[in-house]
Amino acid sequence: MGDVFSVILTSAALLFYVAGTVGLIRFPDTHSRLHALTKADNLGLGLLILGLMAQADGWVTLGKLLLTWVLALIAAGAAAQLVARTALGDRR
Amino acid sequence: MTLAFDLVLCAMIVGAAICAAVAGTIFAAAVFFIVYGIFVSLAWLRLDAFDVALAEAAMGAGLTGILLLRALGRMPASEDRPGPALAPALAGAGLALALGWAFLALPESAGLGPVVRNAAPGAGAENPVTAVLLAFRAWDTLLETIVLLAALLGVWALSRDEAWGLPPGLPQRVRPDGVLAGFGRILPPIGAVVGVYLVWAGTSRPGGAFQGGTVLAAVALLVSMAGLAQAPRVTSGALRLVLVAGPLVFLGMAFIGAVLSLWQPGAAFLALPEAHAKSLILGIELMLTLSIAVTLAALVAGPPEDRA
Repeated sequence: MGDVFSVILTSAALLFYVAGTVGLIRFPDTHSRLHALTKADNLGLGLLILGLMAQADGWVTLGKLLLTWVLALIAAGAAAQLVARTALGDRR
Repeated sequence: MTLAFDLVLCAMIVGAAICAAVAGTIFAAAVFFIVYGIFVSLAWLRLDAFDVALAEAAMGAGLTGILLLRALGRMPASEDRPGPALAPALAGAGLALALGWAFLALPESAGLGPVVRNAAPGAGAENPVTAVLLAFRAWDTLLETIVLLAALLGVWALSRDEAWGLPPGLPQRVRPDGVLAGFGRILPPIGAVVGVYLVWAGTSRPGGAFQGGTVLAAVALLVSMAGLAQAPRVTSGALRLVLVAGPLVFLGMAFIGAVLSLWQPGAAFLALPEAHAKSLILGIELMLTLSIAVTLAALVAGPPEDRA
């Protein structure tokens, strides 16, 4: 049961990663590329971590996995804001 | 299945290395170097070398990558590479082939692993890597920390006379309610806990002064970049004391061993007395962490500058 759950979720995560990567390569300007990267990849990472949580062997591992996702979300969000602001400055 | 993973990983390492060597711009080369470091760190994980993986990810990919990008920012804006990279690429490939041949020509052997594992408990650290770094090969580690200090002196020597005496790096201008200021408040508490844990766990599990120090350096840089605290001036006595504290304590312990050897048969320069080895190693690690963290943060911040 846990294995099926893991396979479904990690496969879905890979789809989001592929979508994010396609967006990064195909979108025309910095802001749309950022949008593809942060939104799709953060969802992908979330699904990946949910899938891995089904394989975890204790609460400590669960907590570490969750912390990884939360930290990556915060870091990616902040970094995206900073890159977007710098790109705005370059365009003006 | 794991063989497939290993082969893909090897291909990605070689691919990233080739991309870094032939990349069209220096910026792309630096980015590929960082990617290469992360792949190599994954390879160390696959080899169960957690300490090396941590060090490669934190210092090889993270810190060196930032240093490269910072150096790039100081270079005059030109998009072309300084020259064809053919000769270095050929030299690198030749070295890789020679090393590969040397490895395959080695006779089958269990290596030093069992020897170190048997001797490690008496040396004061259950983690064999820490035992090697601070007991068996303490000489190398001592020199490494002094090399770091020398590197910082080199960076500070690039400072202009008018800027000398300012804090390291560029003056930071941050909007007080902006994203960076908020980010700088969330991450440091977590980073500080992780950094201190890595040092504390280092005697019995993967971790140690270099890995923990890198995490703490990142925390210090974030706090300074987010404008939450001002970095100390390069002329500050307290800053300089912290910079040399680790190597000084390390050297001091080494010399105590040398003095003891006058009347104790087992003692020697850099040999920690077995009865107190564990607490001494922890003490040296803590001081080293402090010095490494501050040195690395100052290296990344760069020489003091008075204009943006």
